[in-house]
Amino acid sequence: MKIMPCPLNGPRNIQEFICRGEVRIPPAADASAEAWAEYLFYRENKAGIVREWWCHLPTTFWFIAERDTRTDEIIRTYTFDALDESGSGR
Amino acid sequence: MPLRLLRFGLGLARPDTRILPLPQELKPHYDVVIVGGGGHGLAAAYYLARQHGITNVAVLDKGYIGGGNTGRNTAIVRSNYLTDDGVRFYAESMRLYQTLSDELDINLMYSQRGHLTLAHTDASIRTMRWRAEVNKHLGVESELIGPDEVARICPQLNLSRDVRYPILGALSHPVGATVRHDAVAWGYARAAGRLGVAIHQGTEVVGFAIEGGRITAVETTRGRIGCGKVLIAVAGRSSLVCNMAGFRLPIRTVPLQACVSQPVKRFLDPIIVSGSLHCYIWQSQRGELVMGGATDPYPLYSTRSTLDFKEGLMAHMLELLPFLGEVKIMRQWAGLSDMTPDFAPVMGKTPLSNCYLTAGWGTWGFKATPASGKAMAACVADDRPPELIAPFRLDRFRELDQLGEAGAASVGH
Repeated sequence: MKIMPCPLNGPRNIQEFICRGEVRIPPAADASAEAWAEYLFYRENKAGIVREWWCHLPTTFWFIAERDTRTDEIIRTYTFDALDESGSGR
Repeated sequence: MPLRLLRFGLGLARPDTRILPLPQELKPHYDVVIVGGGGHGLAAAYYLARQHGITNVAVLDKGYIGGGNTGRNTAIVRSNYLTDDGVRFYAESMRLYQTLSDELDINLMYSQRGHLTLAHTDASIRTMRWRAEVNKHLGVESELIGPDEVARICPQLNLSRDVRYPILGALSHPVGATVRHDAVAWGYARAAGRLGVAIHQGTEVVGFAIEGGRITAVETTRGRIGCGKVLIAVAGRSSLVCNMAGFRLPIRTVPLQACVSQPVKRFLDPIIVSGSLHCYIWQSQRGELVMGGATDPYPLYSTRSTLDFKEGLMAHMLELLPFLGEVKIMRQWAGLSDMTPDFAPVMGKTPLSNCYLTAGWGTWGFKATPASGKAMAACVADDRPPELIAPFRLDRFRELDQLGEAGAASVGH
């Protein structure tokens, strides 16, 4: 069983969570259709350390996880308010 | 015959049985450099040489040919897709597969055994009726059948109503088949090699030299190669290679795990798939049960195996075929699926004027190998995608003109 350390619920079976993809800054509401298409569909899809939105489904608690996509290691998890304005974790 | 065999056994002369030509030095320039020596890249190389007379071609692979997803899929081919564009494309691929053993002079063990996609909910019955009608309209053999007909075709299935997800019907695709996947790579590689294509294994691409929106040279671990055109065919690593070429893709890389059981006496003829239960099974010529499920729940570039996969797969598989409780798993592996948002592939041109891409093959790439190779060869040779693959262009995501093939993916994702 793989364990995800949830900032709210502590270490839990990763099957209780859903991964919702890379942390990115959405375009402005009046941005072009092309900018929205880029945001919706295109991905960095990096082999390395990524920062992603995850959700603990039973409690619908959303948080940020940093993990290495080459090794399947979870490096750290933290709540949204620990993200600074530039989008890089503190 | 016995005398000839004896003479052969005692003689010293042995016919040359090499599949690939001996390894060569890299040439300073190739007209076409194909990145990726899987089925798709090798097929494109073969059709470039065969159909278009372009033989100054190099296929580069960082490992060995067919060592990626070509050797890791579960070898099923079918054409019962959902969109018109998808059905036409995969039907063409199956048409090519049916005569490919003869064309490549290698036994691909093409085995037409019938393909059943089980329905356990009203919603899946509805999608299957839709698929069946689209399929028949385009000349593909496909029919929605009820439980009685399922029992006739595959009496081994547990058709009890007293299970969590009773079988309500199935999409029957009698032409569904299996093909020996390694032999597809070897067959295309040998045929391409005989036509003059250079196949460089153990040659990893580490960068591209780009000038004026064109790739002028490919940097590899064995040196730099000048190129006229470049075709990228690297499956799960498409995003990484395209990032090196300076453009992003609408792709996530997610592992797909599969396994085989110990061999047992032949009992299962058709290929059985259940989208709702996320599992599929068929019995190989060696008697092994080839089984797989949905892709992993999050993106990853690792082919590690997980207990979660086996537990999830087996729980459902035992409901369909309870006697499998006695059978042991023998081997397990994973491939890296390049998943697109609309579950359809990406084929055609890229933002670079002499660079072409076949990617986004997710969990559906093996069956497409001949059609993708042939169409991409034409696209590279003519600098224009043939009509068959035009709907699969990369720009469809920017133009909000996606294909919507999720309803025909073999298992849920």
